[in-house]
Amino acid sequence: MILRPRLEDLKIIGFYLGKIILGLALTMVIPILIALCFGEINPALDFFISIEISVLFGLLLIKICQTDKDLNWMQGMIVVSLSWLVAMVLGAIPLYLSGHWKSFLDACFDAMSGFATTGLTLVGDLDHLSYTHNLWRHLIMFLGGQGIVVIALSFFVRGFSGAFKMYVGEARDEKIMPNVINTSRFIWLVSIVYLILGTLALGLTGIFNGMQPLNSFFHGACNFMAAFDTGGFSPQSQNILYYHSFVYEVITVIIMVLGAINFKLHYHLWMGNRKEIIKNIETRTLFITVIATFSIVAVGLAQTGIYPTAVMLFRKGFYQLISGHTGTGFQTIYAQQFSADWNPLALVGVIIAMALGGAVCSTTGAIKMLRIGIILKAFKEDLKRIIMPERAIVIEKFHHIREVFLEDKLVRGALMITLAYIILYGLGTLVGMFYGHPFLEALFESTSAAANVGLSCGITNPAMPAALKITYIIQMWAGRLEFMSVFTILGFLFASIKGKR
Amino acid sequence: MIKNLRTEKLKNLRTGILLFFSFSVFSFFSSSVLLFAQPVSSSELINNAKQYDGKIVTYSGEVIGDVMLRGEFAWVNINDGKNALGVWMSAALAQEIKFTGNYKARGDRLEIVGVFHHACPEHGGDLDIHGRFLRKIASGRMVKEKLNFDKVSLIFILLGVLFLTWILTLFKRK
Repeated sequence: MILRPRLEDLKIIGFYLGKIILGLALTMVIPILIALCFGEINPALDFFISIEISVLFGLLLIKICQTDKDLNWMQGMIVVSLSWLVAMVLGAIPLYLSGHWKSFLDACFDAMSGFATTGLTLVGDLDHLSYTHNLWRHLIMFLGGQGIVVIALSFFVRGFSGAFKMYVGEARDEKIMPNVINTSRFIWLVSIVYLILGTLALGLTGIFNGMQPLNSFFHGACNFMAAFDTGGFSPQSQNILYYHSFVYEVITVIIMVLGAINFKLHYHLWMGNRKEIIKNIETRTLFITVIATFSIVAVGLAQTGIYPTAVMLFRKGFYQLISGHTGTGFQTIYAQQFSADWNPLALVGVIIAMALGGAVCSTTGAIKMLRIGIILKAFKEDLKRIIMPERAIVIEKFHHIREVFLEDKLVRGALMITLAYIILYGLGTLVGMFYGHPFLEALFESTSAAANVGLSCGITNPAMPAALKITYIIQMWAGRLEFMSVFTILGFLFASIKGKR
Repeated sequence: MIKNLRTEKLKNLRTGILLFFSFSVFSFFSSSVLLFAQPVSSSELINNAKQYDGKIVTYSGEVIGDVMLRGEFAWVNINDGKNALGVWMSAALAQEIKFTGNYKARGDRLEIVGVFHHACPEHGGDLDIHGRFLRKIASGRMVKEKLNFDKVSLIFILLGVLFLTWILTLFKRK
């Protein structure tokens, strides 16, 4: 029997949602500081308006839904999924006010793309966008990459058991430290240390490449946030092609790979346990899948003959591939070149890489390496069962921080999420094809949106139909949260209508 | 006699070389410049890159971002309103650029004549133009930011609503 949610459930959800909104409002202070530094008046006003709306909304929710009760699993999941939708709407307000987005839906698209670390964009005239708005675009990637709820957990929530429920709801089921609040704070520590190092590296490279120092460090910080959080936005319309620099590309590849690694693995590396990187199932699987998918891309590109030398083929082919595999979406070619210059085989290589993704408990989206590793191990186990004598006991293990026995429950979980992703990729493809796009291009864009990648073959543009924009927004949202919170909210809505009192 | 014959042969050879050279230069420019005298848009170049590969093209647009000096050369990114293309030119040519486009400025509008590369072998496969000639169509300018009073009004209205809400919550608490 399905029970209709009580008023108490709504109050608890509203109360914690209000807290998260206040946390989001506080992050908008950063762009205002940037606006003051660069003397950008109107952009500062956009953020003042957005903060006021956010604080008002958050305050109202907290006061109306005042409670001292803790969250249960269902409420925690709903808070997470709703907070991502609310963050999209509130985060879109300053973008829309800038006048660079044609409609509020377009601004919402970019806000969701930012928070979900996707990188698909509908911005117009990006090359004249203010520093303030540009920083916000990248900051929301940084916030979304760590997790909106993680921000609230780190700074605004004082230890309560519901914290873990929200943490899990944000597609982070691995605790690095015994306490989830400390785990959130460790994620921030790692991110901020890398932010400083990455910004320095990119900033200095930019200056060496002839950029103005201030601009170079600003671009460095923005590109770091987009690379480490596997987002894919960049301050200029040409994305990474703007810099025309091999060194810049190499540094961004390193940052993208760092962003695609499990935060738990970062913790072990920081603690001096370097062997873990060689033994871990995720890094091993990532290594194998990168080689396999790059081989497909390389053969495809070699067939086209567009990049006649090995250096050119590697620089263009590998960059787009690793950008897709880590879920970043940085491009050193124009979006149209994917369909105009790359052949179907090369495109399929990139699509597979995008669909697989990086590590769990990282900032990437998609199916993820742990699940792929588990599925491959399960195949191996079944093959062994067929080959070996019937009486033989087949046991398969894998190494992920510790030795883990391959249980059916694990395999089932991995297969379920994989299947859900494949369905999500397929549904987006169908909608793309409905609007007249060829199968491969529709699949490319749909996979990019659902796997939170951001590579585009040109379908994503301000002129695309509103229904397609909404489809990609839903894909980005569901893909980032890995379905569980999304299913919970759908169940909650169903129970609200059909449930018994 | 032999000397005269040699001089005449040399003269003929020189004339031949001169004629061949003139013909080559003419045919080169007639096939390229005449075809692409009108500026080609970035979309046209990107979508039909194979067709334009290695050809001399005329491309125009606004200089955006940084002029990135690299030794005796420079990278200049030029946006024609649809896309921005990278133009590799001599540092001397780049010196003519005074304004580059960003939030606070409109960049110089340039017309570039140069060789288009679908996948430039010199620059790791980038789609670019190696600029040979540059003409400034219009000078850029600084953009003066005007305070948007509608936004200021909205800020005060929202501030009032926020204050009122805060007062109401205080009453509710009491």
